Amino acid sequence: MTIEVRNLVKKFGSFAALDGVDLKVDNGELLALLGPSGSGKTTLLRIIAGLDWPDAGEVSFNGEDALAQGARERHVGFVFQHYALFRHMTVFENVAFGLRVQPRAVRKDEAAIRARVKELLDLVQLDWLADRYPSQLSGGQRQRIALARALAIEPRILLLDEPFGALDAKVRKELRKWLRSLHHEINVTSIFVTHDQEEALEVANRVVVMDKGRIEQIGSPDDVYETPATAFVHGFIGESIELPIHVDGGVIRLGERPLQLAAEGLAPGASRLFVRRHDMLVGPPGTGAFEGAVQHVRNFGPVQRAEVALAGGETIEIDAPRDKELRAGDTIGLNPRRYRIFAG
Amino acid sequence: MGLTLTWLSVIILIPLAGLFLRTLELSPEQFWAILSSRRTLNALRVSFGLAFAAACVNLVMGSIIVWALVRYRFPGRRIFDAIVDVPFALPTAVAGVALTALFAEKGWLGAPLAALGIKVAFTPVGIFVAMIFIGIPFVVRTVQPVLQDLDPEIEEAAGSLGASRWQTIIRVILPSLAPALLTGLALAFARAVGEYGSVIFIAGNLPNVSEIAPLLIVIRLSEFRYADATAIAVVMLVVSFVVIFAVNRLQRWAQSRIPAR
Repeated sequence: MTIEVRNLVKKFGSFAALDGVDLKVDNGELLALLGPSGSGKTTLLRIIAGLDWPDAGEVSFNGEDALAQGARERHVGFVFQHYALFRHMTVFENVAFGLRVQPRAVRKDEAAIRARVKELLDLVQLDWLADRYPSQLSGGQRQRIALARALAIEPRILLLDEPFGALDAKVRKELRKWLRSLHHEINVTSIFVTHDQEEALEVANRVVVMDKGRIEQIGSPDDVYETPATAFVHGFIGESIELPIHVDGGVIRLGERPLQLAAEGLAPGASRLFVRRHDMLVGPPGTGAFEGAVQHVRNFGPVQRAEVALAGGETIEIDAPRDKELRAGDTIGLNPRRYRIFAG
Repeated sequence: MGLTLTWLSVIILIPLAGLFLRTLELSPEQFWAILSSRRTLNALRVSFGLAFAAACVNLVMGSIIVWALVRYRFPGRRIFDAIVDVPFALPTAVAGVALTALFAEKGWLGAPLAALGIKVAFTPVGIFVAMIFIGIPFVVRTVQPVLQDLDPEIEEAAGSLGASRWQTIIRVILPSLAPALLTGLALAFARAVGEYGSVIFIAGNLPNVSEIAPLLIVIRLSEFRYADATAIAVVMLVVSFVVIFAVNRLQRWAQSRIPAR
């Protein structure tokens, strides 16, 4: 199933949750909608599911107008952040719900429903919990049951709204891997919403980065990390150093200090320079584009993180390998291995 | 612990025991004769029957009111919310007089109804109306917090799984509210059975037709037939207790299907 969204607009009062969004999702993709809260990602997901309606724009599934149908007719599996399981039903009945409410003409008989539920519980590896109530399960188990429930109706599309957002870090990591392999197994076109970049980059085939109701970039996890399209994406994904610079006469300046960086093709005026923390290479004083004094150093697993006061007046944090000798008070040169400059 | 028991004993258990002791003054034959008299049976029937009917009406209408108050934002919602408590706060005699004036043959509602040939005041229908009036807050106030806690997402989940609105209500919402609904029903029923003030004004109090059991007790007392009065009281007590107990069991059964979160 392919999904196409064209020029979608949704306003809540004067706040534009979606401000002209275009998106194409291919069959069998596992797509992540990534953005800070308030970026419109959940609104977009809910409109695709039929739980919300846009003020303008189109949504189509396989070329068919989806907005003509309600949530009930769209045949979309939806997984909520807080599970939304039916508390008065056993796990078994929760999963069976979608099968039991089908119109009588197409409804399966009891034996077929039982077999299907069993199969789904096996798929999420929780068949031994069939007779429990949701309140007796852990968060991770509940979310897997919610997923089995959504899959019971053989959805054409699977939509997950911050599926791991309410879980603790360890369970979240396990479930990420599990979701990836599950998607590989069932191969249903899937979209999941997250504000956790690590989750998006690790799980998805393609990542859509959103901010303020607009799409900033669509690309593979490598694309959005290595070649961010906008200043927002660079700042949001990965840990970045951001410096306000000024370009004039083919020279880049940080404050008054000219930087030894190529300025070809840059528009004159105020710009911002972005460097990944680990792309700032440490050298002896006088050797790099920047110069600064180390304020303090802390060890962070495989790297050491140093706070450096630059000669231009800014203070930045860099990640250097552990074997590099760095001490508070040292004056060092810094050279960006890779960097990007965005106007504005 | 000791304080709780002492207090409960003084306030509830000792008066109840006194009631039973007083009844023991009667021989079983006398007791039976009092209860099986036509007037007593009719009074009990009127009280329990109408109270149950009124509680059922309150269950349905109360649920609708709760739904509107919790799920919709409309102008004056807070005022309506406050109005629900009026039957709680109003002295019952005032309510009785007001309802009687309203439904009397020349009253605002009584006159058009009389034109249709429906008489409310001074008939069992009047009792029924008064019992609905005083019972409604019990249903609304017990169900309201539970519905507020009910996550609207579960309705969306049901919808996206293909359930119609009706299936969502029957299979998802009502079962989740069942314990609260039962409690509301029991409270409204208990209140209506015991209601005296508002009912006697509108009832007409015709023996065998629109005479409620609490009124019959008062009449017996004023005739100095204390044993008769306590005999009727004991029956009301036992029946009420059985009903409350049954609802309690039902509630526990319903709750066992929804273990604490």
